[in-house]
Amino acid sequence: MAQRIVVDPITRIEGHLKIEVEIENGKVKNAWSSGTLFRGIEMILQGRDPRDAWLFTQRACGVCTYVHGLASVRCVDDAMDVTVPAGARLLRNLMMGAQFLHDHIVHFYNLSALDWVDMLSALKADPKKAAEISNSIGETDSGVNDYKDTQTKLKGFVDSGQLGPFANAYWGHPAYKLPPEINLIGVKHYLDCLKMQVKAAQLHAIFGGKNPHIQSLVVGGVTCARDLNADRLAEFLYQLKEVKAFVDNIYIPDILAIAGYYKDWGGIGGTTNFLAYGEFPQSEEEPGSLFFPRGAVFKRNLSKVDAVDVGQIQEHVAHSWYEGAEAKNPAQGETKPNFTGYDTGGKYSWLKAPRYNGESMEVGPLSRVLVAYAAGNEAVKKSVDDALAKLGVGPEALFSTLGRHAARALETKIIADAMVDWTMELITLVKDGKADTYQEWDWKDGMGAGLNDVPRGALGHWIDVKDKKIANYQMVVPSTWNLGPRCAAGKLGPVEEALIGTPIADPKQPLEILRTIHSFDPCIACAVHVIDPHTNEVYKIRVV
Amino acid sequence: MAHQGILRDELISKGVSRRDFMKYCGTLTAALGLSPMMAPRLAEALAKKRQPVVYLSFAECTGCAESLLRTTYPSIEEVLFELISLDYHETVMAASGQQSEDALHSAVKDNEGKFICIVDGSIPTKKGYGMIGGQEMIDIVKEIVPKALATICVGTCASFGGLPVAAPNPSGAKSVKEVTGVDTINISGCPPNSINIVGTIAHYLLLGKLPELDGQGRPLWAYGMTIHESCPRRAHYEEGNFVAKFGDEGAMNDWCLFEMGCKGPETHSNCALVKWNQGVNWPIGAGHPCIGCTEPEFWDKMSPFYVSK
Repeated sequence: MAQRIVVDPITRIEGHLKIEVEIENGKVKNAWSSGTLFRGIEMILQGRDPRDAWLFTQRACGVCTYVHGLASVRCVDDAMDVTVPAGARLLRNLMMGAQFLHDHIVHFYNLSALDWVDMLSALKADPKKAAEISNSIGETDSGVNDYKDTQTKLKGFVDSGQLGPFANAYWGHPAYKLPPEINLIGVKHYLDCLKMQVKAAQLHAIFGGKNPHIQSLVVGGVTCARDLNADRLAEFLYQLKEVKAFVDNIYIPDILAIAGYYKDWGGIGGTTNFLAYGEFPQSEEEPGSLFFPRGAVFKRNLSKVDAVDVGQIQEHVAHSWYEGAEAKNPAQGETKPNFTGYDTGGKYSWLKAPRYNGESMEVGPLSRVLVAYAAGNEAVKKSVDDALAKLGVGPEALFSTLGRHAARALETKIIADAMVDWTMELITLVKDGKADTYQEWDWKDGMGAGLNDVPRGALGHWIDVKDKKIANYQMVVPSTWNLGPRCAAGKLGPVEEALIGTPIADPKQPLEILRTIHSFDPCIACAVHVIDPHTNEVYKIRVV
Repeated sequence: MAHQGILRDELISKGVSRRDFMKYCGTLTAALGLSPMMAPRLAEALAKKRQPVVYLSFAECTGCAESLLRTTYPSIEEVLFELISLDYHETVMAASGQQSEDALHSAVKDNEGKFICIVDGSIPTKKGYGMIGGQEMIDIVKEIVPKALATICVGTCASFGGLPVAAPNPSGAKSVKEVTGVDTINISGCPPNSINIVGTIAHYLLLGKLPELDGQGRPLWAYGMTIHESCPRRAHYEEGNFVAKFGDEGAMNDWCLFEMGCKGPETHSNCALVKWNQGVNWPIGAGHPCIGCTEPEFWDKMSPFYVSK
């Protein structure tokens, strides 16, 4: 007997998301993903100064702060035909890296961990045993007294009767499998991460000016020339090492330890096709010099990577609250917001449904890692193979909720390691007097695109500049790819597909659903936007 | 199952008399090696609930909540564990769906007139443009805000409308005050500095009263000065030393950014004094003009951001 349940709001994400599932015989049979807020940033951008675009778009999201701003300046750089100097490129990459480090550790510990870690069970742990386990897997600067302190703090908090954000949750749910000691480790590291993210944000602010919402990007480069001095570079390097140590000694060991108890989740929550635009250009050559390569993997086939043709992207509105039923390439045609009420048989989301070659594509850390793996990237291959070996699972486990979390952790380490190299490269440029941060440019009419791969996945911004004004602005955003609804052909969006087959122990307690949703790291503020409202105007984007 | 009530009430509900409770405090005081004079103070501390707070998010980007996470002294852990009881916050709470909605309703019901409501994001007024748990955001805010002891708007969106209301305001968004009629305390900024958010909450918790506000509802202690008045580059402004191109000689010598579009003279905020992220840097320090993000309608009034007024 099929039963429908609705989870609204989905918490521990960014933005406003509603999930509906149909459960039969204890498993999810069907699913609908619905974004429930609309702001209309592209409409707001119409007619404005293109140099301002990045300041507006950065506010698409404050969790994924920076990334839209970067996509914006890149697409206006492209439209104005300006190539930023190497110093600016490195600084932009380093700020992007700092954002990844902050975003991913907070995502695992503070947004996702409570799906896997039973907080109340930590009260039953032996702190000495917990410290021994954690020290044996990587933690170096905490011992038994720290674990005792955490447990005492937790006990006092629970005894106060005011559980605040941890009240009325799923503690004791049968799907929690960790022993009390691992739960205590999880709780302590949740709190440690709250401290570490302050430092990761400082790292971002050294060259960014502030975090959230940095303020040092401009079309043509960056503004923080003054911060390219020895004391700032040393500050960046040593703060980076501190955040990197957290990734190496806490995040990676914890992911592997926790995954060991949830191997069945290596067979739950997978999708089929993966898209990556690639990120971190190592020179002016794109996509050739991208540190994470650009490519698409279809039907989980890791022996073949397809080149990406953005002309193949279409945004569907058949099941979204916009007028019209035809799917269009991001910059063509027009769409108007039109709320008609929530109907899982018809229109049910503010998110559009992007499709590539008609296929639903997952984007994000797993896609980046799979594309890099399939493209033969040595560092990624080794990292993934080592993790699979440690867990004693085969590569099929990658295509899952577990695989998604693991990929996020592995890429965080890869980026942190690379950032040390990039900082040294920047220092060398400064030493040689070649660290220019800004390239002057002249106005021209034209179109531009900025393709990025940001913490949640493939991000594209497109602009059309006419008479020094924004004539058109388009954004196709990672969470739209991942959390969008069905397309005109009725193909499910990635999250909808991933939820099918999820075992549900108790329909009233949606813990298992949250596990897969959180693995995608949803950002719904980013995901909802609208195409240009001026009707009867057709645009063509220049495919770069 | 979550515990209900505070320790003293728990004990009393289990049959411990008030006299026995005071005896317990006396014994505990002695065990802690404190003077017997401390027993009543300890009783008071054990009987004190942390300040209940309900944090609502509407047409937001979550940058304000993220900025709050950056606080130190107190850290966000100390805020959550020692200063307040954050009974509802969609970004951090463990419960989802029905469980989170139930938590919100109990928190409001159990603490009516006593909880502090914090809001980020502006309120869409077009039907269906902003919904949570099947309810319109405008209905949620109108239901909850009047029941609060006080409502603090965090960020320019909740305070004044912010980004969603920038022309042409596609969702018909409005500020919390415009929609509810309540005089909110407005900690504006895009996002606001964690110092300003936590400092205002601390003002209430430590001094027992809400801070003095300017004509826009902003705490004077944080917004009572303009960037220009307190800018370390002011001498250059007076001397006529202006950056003409990003990264030029003037930029390398901390010259004034007025001609690059800086809106410091019109912007009320303490950024120049407290800087950002524990003093690591701030926009002007990073060579970029101020965009006036604490001011109402700054997205329309302070732009173009690279053109000086």
